[in-house]
Amino acid sequence: MRALCWHGKQDIRCDTVPDPKIEDPRDAIVRVTSCAICGSDLHLYDGFIPGMKSGDIIGHEFMGEVVEVGSGNRKLKVGDRVVVPFTICCGECEQCRRGYYSVCERSNRNRSLADKAFGHSPAGLFGYTHLTGGYPGGQAEYVRVPYADVAPVKVPDGMTDEQVLFLGDILPTGWQAAVQCDIQPTDTVAIWGAGPVGQFAIRSAILLGAKQVIAIDRVPERLDMARAGGAITINFAKESVLERLKDLTDGKGPEKCIDAVGMEAHATSTLDAMYDRAKQAVMAETDRPHVLREMMYVCRPAGTLSVPGVYAGLDDKIPMGAFMNKGLTMRTGQTHVNRWTDDLLRRIQEGQIDPSFVITHTVGLEDGPAMYKTFRDKQDGCVKVVLKP
Amino acid sequence: MAYAKHGSADSMARGLGWFSIALGLAELAMPRTLTRSLGMQGRERLMSAYGLREVATGIGILSARDPTPWVWGRVAGDALDLGTLATALDGGNPRRDNVGFAFAAVLGVTALDVICATALGMGQRRRGPVRDYSDRRGMPRPPAQMRGAARDLDVPEDMRTPAPLRPYTSAA
Repeated sequence: MRALCWHGKQDIRCDTVPDPKIEDPRDAIVRVTSCAICGSDLHLYDGFIPGMKSGDIIGHEFMGEVVEVGSGNRKLKVGDRVVVPFTICCGECEQCRRGYYSVCERSNRNRSLADKAFGHSPAGLFGYTHLTGGYPGGQAEYVRVPYADVAPVKVPDGMTDEQVLFLGDILPTGWQAAVQCDIQPTDTVAIWGAGPVGQFAIRSAILLGAKQVIAIDRVPERLDMARAGGAITINFAKESVLERLKDLTDGKGPEKCIDAVGMEAHATSTLDAMYDRAKQAVMAETDRPHVLREMMYVCRPAGTLSVPGVYAGLDDKIPMGAFMNKGLTMRTGQTHVNRWTDDLLRRIQEGQIDPSFVITHTVGLEDGPAMYKTFRDKQDGCVKVVLKP
Repeated sequence: MAYAKHGSADSMARGLGWFSIALGLAELAMPRTLTRSLGMQGRERLMSAYGLREVATGIGILSARDPTPWVWGRVAGDALDLGTLATALDGGNPRRDNVGFAFAAVLGVTALDVICATALGMGQRRRGPVRDYSDRRGMPRPPAQMRGAARDLDVPEDMRTPAPLRPYTSAA
């Protein structure tokens, strides 16, 4: 089969690789009909996350048709259309039973590695380093889905791939980012990053009833899309984020702040951003946490920071003084996808939200390597790439 | 194919970045040794300044998303180096041979820098015209009408604002 494989920094290739096989009775094999490039895939593309090996199949946003089912899988049958959440979960461990699917205690088959890196291992992920299991990803013609009797979401008849594909990651990620802010009708929610997750966080915050939603980015098309979703926008390349947020909140700061950027913040004109670039260049720091610093500084005292943006390792110059003295709360983590999928699927079916608005490019799998660069460099108005294997 | 070529230029730029840092550190660590070997005693401070420039340029190349201006910065630095070395090429310098060798080496590196900067420039694609996404609402009605449509969600207890903080976050 064909699959997009990682071969090093900025080196993704469309290779021919062996087809996947059932390895466990609970497995299923899915023929991928649609998959997508995620912003967090760009951290792999840019070589910021360790634990990749040459030839690894990448991708964790995918859906398709079940073509083979293990003997112990009673949930799925051949022919089912499913969206597969990016976090692999067993459904039985203590964390899964509590609804914390993204920290499943059993699905990371390389947990000893992750234990060393993070203290305790999170769940296994598709196509996202050997730290999280080294599972072949979904930017491929076929995927083996472990624990396939737990997470995959069956797609009701009549729904298109474009309507439901993002249930596997970015829609619930933007949704959880907003939900864990516990938005009140009086809240201003500031969202850093108007990429795909930021776009869904904007719409989630509106639907959950925020008084005011503010999106911060510098890419004209993304700011345009953010305004269409109901956000007031700040172009950080042209205006002061701190001043605008003060103006928009009567000097009090936003009650809720969402970091939909993560470890590769692109602030260019601030001292801390230059400091991060220099440290990252000589491998003295893994992340560029400009957004985290800015959120801690601007957030209204007793406010909440929600961090769906991915961080990998060590961050420097975090203003813990501001964080502690203002009594802020931070909620973060990979998304507990299955906690939200039933509810979000219902909202899509009822027409409350149509996730397909975010798709700007649809191409074949063979064009995937070039689209990584287009997406990373935000060329050609690229916000979200869907691949059709 | 253009993509592959651009990837090679990126790799070359990274190599030049590390070379720049290594050379700069050497100039900072042993300015006296280097100036003596070139018959340029008394110009140790200049050598250290050039070392700082090399280190800064190297970090710039390695850390920038677009290293092109930094590689062109190296070309400018090469011109400065060549000009400085040219002043030591006079017949009275007992280390003239070393200076000639250094001059040739810098010329070679300059050629590499120019090739790399040009390739990087050619590999860059224009962002193109700004696309209009003002109709990509993703919701059936305008945001003002959709505000609060999902208030039926029962926010899980573990994701609620702690009770002692609620009066502050929900106060009008």
